[in-house]
Amino acid sequence: MTVATDDLEALLDRASSGVALDGLRIDETDDGYNLEAGENRWPGLDEAALGRALESSDEYVTNWRYWQETVGGEGTARRAFLRWCERAPLADAEDPADAKATVDAPLAVPERYDALRDGIDREWGQLSITARFVDIDDPDGERVYDLWHVDDADSDLADLEVYDEPRAAREIATHDDDGRYRPLKTAPTLPAGWAFTGLSGDDLVDAVGFFYPATIANWHRERQGALDVDHWLETAERQTGIYDVIDELPREAVEWMTEACCVDSQCLRRREWEYEDGDELDADGGDGPFPCREPCSLVIAAARKWAILESEEERTYELELTTSELNQLEELVDAVAEGRVDEIREADVNDGANRYRARYLRAKRFGEEGLEATQVDE
Amino acid sequence: MQALVIAAHGSHLNPDASDPTYAHADTIRETGAFDEVREAFWKEEPHFREVIRTLESDEVFVVPLFISEGYFTEQVIPRELRLEEWDPDRWESDGTSASQATLEAEDVGKTIHYCGPVGTHDAMTDVIVQRAETATENPDVGEGFGLSVVGHGTDRNENSAKAIKYHSDRIAERDRFDEVKALFMDEDPEVDDVTDYFESDDIVVVPLFIADGYHTQEDIPEDMGLTEDYRLGWDVPSEVDGHRIWYTGAVGTEDLLADVLLERAADAGADIGDAREAVRELAASVAGTEADSGPEPNAGAGAGD
Repeated sequence: MTVATDDLEALLDRASSGVALDGLRIDETDDGYNLEAGENRWPGLDEAALGRALESSDEYVTNWRYWQETVGGEGTARRAFLRWCERAPLADAEDPADAKATVDAPLAVPERYDALRDGIDREWGQLSITARFVDIDDPDGERVYDLWHVDDADSDLADLEVYDEPRAAREIATHDDDGRYRPLKTAPTLPAGWAFTGLSGDDLVDAVGFFYPATIANWHRERQGALDVDHWLETAERQTGIYDVIDELPREAVEWMTEACCVDSQCLRRREWEYEDGDELDADGGDGPFPCREPCSLVIAAARKWAILESEEERTYELELTTSELNQLEELVDAVAEGRVDEIREADVNDGANRYRARYLRAKRFGEEGLEATQVDE
Repeated sequence: MQALVIAAHGSHLNPDASDPTYAHADTIRETGAFDEVREAFWKEEPHFREVIRTLESDEVFVVPLFISEGYFTEQVIPRELRLEEWDPDRWESDGTSASQATLEAEDVGKTIHYCGPVGTHDAMTDVIVQRAETATENPDVGEGFGLSVVGHGTDRNENSAKAIKYHSDRIAERDRFDEVKALFMDEDPEVDDVTDYFESDDIVVVPLFIADGYHTQEDIPEDMGLTEDYRLGWDVPSEVDGHRIWYTGAVGTEDLLADVLLERAADAGADIGDAREAVRELAASVAGTEADSGPEPNAGAGAGD
């Protein structure tokens, strides 16, 4: 690996105002320049000696150039995310004791450079991201990023549809494998079979933004301890128009709602909002990398339906069922709730949610007006 | 750095509802006029609530991709964007004259120029006329033709009808079409009776809607008698009561709408260079191509929820 002359010049230009990044440090003092590169220290260098010393610390120099000149954006979510992608220490980790502000198992420059030759893999929801050098044989510090579905980790690139324009992510994310519209971008139903290769850092951030909008921004805020969570009650009370009613949803119904909608099997965001500040909900909020800071528009729309349904009074009904038929009702509800209906085999009459079993139950127990049940609490 | 945010309704049920938003955003991205261009939605993601934080720009221009001033532009969008000190009076609008208000979004500390909706901008008049040109495949359409601008209209929001009438009047003043008439779905004069309101044999009907959906692709064509059943489609033009009705989809899908978005932002102080010229050229060239291949009258499904 060699250090380009203009990299050295750029560094020397900035040396007087101080350079400090990832173990590379240059300070200008009355006795000349002090240089640190990892474990190595060179005090009191003149400009020529500094140049020679930097030549021998090429990894630190090209790393500095990539982060300061190519990526830039000090303090932005974009920069923090790209650094997370290669397990670089995060600049905003002012207090290393704050676990959220640091990268798990951060890598120093020499280890990171070794790893970037093979590619460093990260997972973001159902996205798999690989950070690697553009030129593996003679790396000049420039990184590129590959992006594909976690399920395609072992797929041959030749078997995948390859894209290079981040906007293509919008198309990919619109429908699931069954061709159904995905209104919730963080639902765990992202189809596989595609890849983006050799993306720049900016393009990677754009593509991730199209797959999972605003997740990088909120993840970054959380790391900085600045995630502005809006709990259920404040979000519900803010609504107007047809959604004005949702703050009437009973507390226990909010529990059922989060259990129904906000668990990992339905959404990859990690729910950080609760019923209200200091009043936590029981359902598991999930453990994905990016947080959910307030009930989303799908939850709001569904909550309206439940608020209206929950305003009905409970009744007692009497209906005739065998024990197996009662069990079958449970199986039917479970099958729909678990999205299992399409998997039930045509002739599997042992499954209570089998279509023939359901049709039989309907033929036997439904009259002209549906289920034959009598209200008995009048 | 400056950013453009296009604030649209979106849909939980219909993936086509956001197509115009994406198409116009991409057109503006291509011009390079803004450092960042972002789509934001009420029903899709990124939500209005979380869009501003995805931007690095300090100065953000938000343009609602809505037809009229009303509930969404005056209440929902400003509230969800957390625009401090917002008040509809800040627009000093008579119902169709909102330009912009400069505010701060409290969660991010950025300057937000909150613009009036695209539907009430003067440049929208040109988009409606261009829609008539693409519908008839005739860049000089006018003489011998009547033009109807059709809106939802609703008693709940008088501004909805105002926007429709505003553009009808402006087109009428140009003396390009023999007759111009504003018609509505939910109030008089109703689009059902379109042929009663025109003497011209040829009538171009342009629905002032953002996205194609239930209203533009099911209701209106059936109400006007273009077809018995929207699923069977209809001809352009269709014969109704001795008139030829030239009807295509929502005006919001017209390529030139990107120009209105740019104008809104420019009116609010955005530096857009020569982006408008680029967009107008692109829209004109696309309109030419579409005229060659013929319109697709029955694309898209219900905008729904």
